[in-house]
Amino acid sequence: MLTTSAPHAADPAALAPVGSQPASSRSADRRSRDGIGRAALHIVLSVIGILFVVPFLWMLLTSFKGLEQLLQAPLSILPDPWVPANWPEAWNALPFGRAYVNSIYMTVLIVAGTILTSTMAAYGFARIPFRGSNLLFWVFLSMQMVPKQVTLVPFYFLMAKIGWVDSHLALIVPAMMINPFAVFLARQFILSVPRELEEAALVDGASRPRIYWRIILPAIRPGIGAIGIIAALDAWNNFLLPLVLLNSRELFTVPLLLSQFQGQYGGMNYGIVMAATALSTIPMLVAFVIGQKQIIASLASSGLGGR
Amino acid sequence: MSTATRNPEAAWRRRDRLWGMAFVAPQALGMAVFTLLPFAVAFYLAFTEWNGFGTPQWVGLANFADQIGDPLLRRSILNTLVLALVTVPIGLGLSMVLATMLNSIRRRGLYLLLLFAPVVTSQVAIALIWQQMLRPDGAFSSLIARVLGVVPPDWLANPYTALAAVCLVTIWASVGLNTVIFMAGLQNISPSVLEAAQIDGAGVLTRFLRIVLPMVSPVIFYQSVVAFISSLQTFDLVFVLVKDAGPDNGTRTIVYHIYDEGFQKSDFGVSSAASIILLALTLLITAIQFGAQKRFVHYEE
Repeated sequence: MLTTSAPHAADPAALAPVGSQPASSRSADRRSRDGIGRAALHIVLSVIGILFVVPFLWMLLTSFKGLEQLLQAPLSILPDPWVPANWPEAWNALPFGRAYVNSIYMTVLIVAGTILTSTMAAYGFARIPFRGSNLLFWVFLSMQMVPKQVTLVPFYFLMAKIGWVDSHLALIVPAMMINPFAVFLARQFILSVPRELEEAALVDGASRPRIYWRIILPAIRPGIGAIGIIAALDAWNNFLLPLVLLNSRELFTVPLLLSQFQGQYGGMNYGIVMAATALSTIPMLVAFVIGQKQIIASLASSGLGGR
Repeated sequence: MSTATRNPEAAWRRRDRLWGMAFVAPQALGMAVFTLLPFAVAFYLAFTEWNGFGTPQWVGLANFADQIGDPLLRRSILNTLVLALVTVPIGLGLSMVLATMLNSIRRRGLYLLLLFAPVVTSQVAIALIWQQMLRPDGAFSSLIARVLGVVPPDWLANPYTALAAVCLVTIWASVGLNTVIFMAGLQNISPSVLEAAQIDGAGVLTRFLRIVLPMVSPVIFYQSVVAFISSLQTFDLVFVLVKDAGPDNGTRTIVYHIYDEGFQKSDFGVSSAASIILLALTLLITAIQFGAQKRFVHYEE
């Protein structure tokens, strides 16, 4: 189990249930008991599923409630009256459109850069040994253990020295160039590419960059998807670094802007706070629903440590 | 092989090694400049007094002495450990149960979607949503008041219930991810092994305890290391959900402490010392987990 190479097959939504067997081997009694058991499972899972979706529904319901209704003593579930004005009010209270542009373009750049540099490094580590390459890979593995927050203060002052405080460069460039986990994951994928493909190309006189581009990258396409999705989630949801590094509101990312709704801009008007929260989460949730199979499979494989 | 043929090959090998370095270069440079350099500087700053201006003054171990005696740091370590020790076993246990349940049914797409939605949602949004759920006049308390007829406490205003709330939300936000990881692990078990055990008369529980659990134990182990490390780094949630460190520093975590000492109190030496303590704690706990691994984790081969 530890040695199976690449996590291509980790698709929890698609694979067959464990222990499912041809029904013919069971007695009728057995089958009806299984039916009851399955129904019970669905009931339990439905209850849990509802518990998971209630906070999101509550967010939506609250976002349509007016201030008077929110301050009313016995809490009512449905908005009465519905106050759609909370949404434009939340959108206009702070530069949301700007924050979306910031988050989207930074995420795209970080994802593209991470995919490129991590697969390149992974190819070097996996297939082109050089003096010290094992030691260097060991450094990559062990730095994964070091919490990012340990380097937070010096990192901030390094950015100050370069002049990148209150600049998106501080969030983009380092993120594109350091991702030991992505390197590790890409290396696992590359190790599963048959060497013969590469050797044939080398004999034909293909250069290393050509092999990387024409053979390795196409062969690890599912891995690239996984690395991209993980990098995108990290980049989009990152909070501590933008909080520390950005001062100007026009530069804020979506989560950082959203955090401003707590306190001064939202105050007691929870309807507006929840409208803002909905504005920041719904696009992500829609993207998730569209790409759910790929996203879930990618994160499932990442959790197995590229196993 | 004659020297005539060996030489071009040696030259090719030399050039090839350069290619290896070139491919690794961007990440290696990033590692050196943006991780290793700040890492070394963090160790240096931990032994200095510095407010961000001028030259750091060497103070030896004073920051560490100060931090070890600091009730705020002790409180944040305690809170962080409670958070980790509560959320990791409960979160992983729940995920394992859910993964087993989901793996034994066919139509599970919708359940996965619901469980996984918090995983793709930012912690800031999650915190704001749960703030609404847990307000004194919010959904959770209103439900309790209506069903049980008692007035529930203001969850986020009491240090203990606030920490419990952080634990609850942490589990809610991470169960989906651990569940799909465990599902992938469970699917690696070959059905024929389970079938053989069933034919030999092993019941559901025996099969789970004797076959399934040992076979997924490497995944559980790996996930518990990851979950522990990430819960030691809790920040976003406590920063927004309970506003700063919470009532009476009841939800002050180590990372919040690092942020507070550095970026709010401009005491960057102390902040760095606290971050070294976080590193030490992380390494210690991971070492303990790897120690326990020998007894509890079953590897094939």
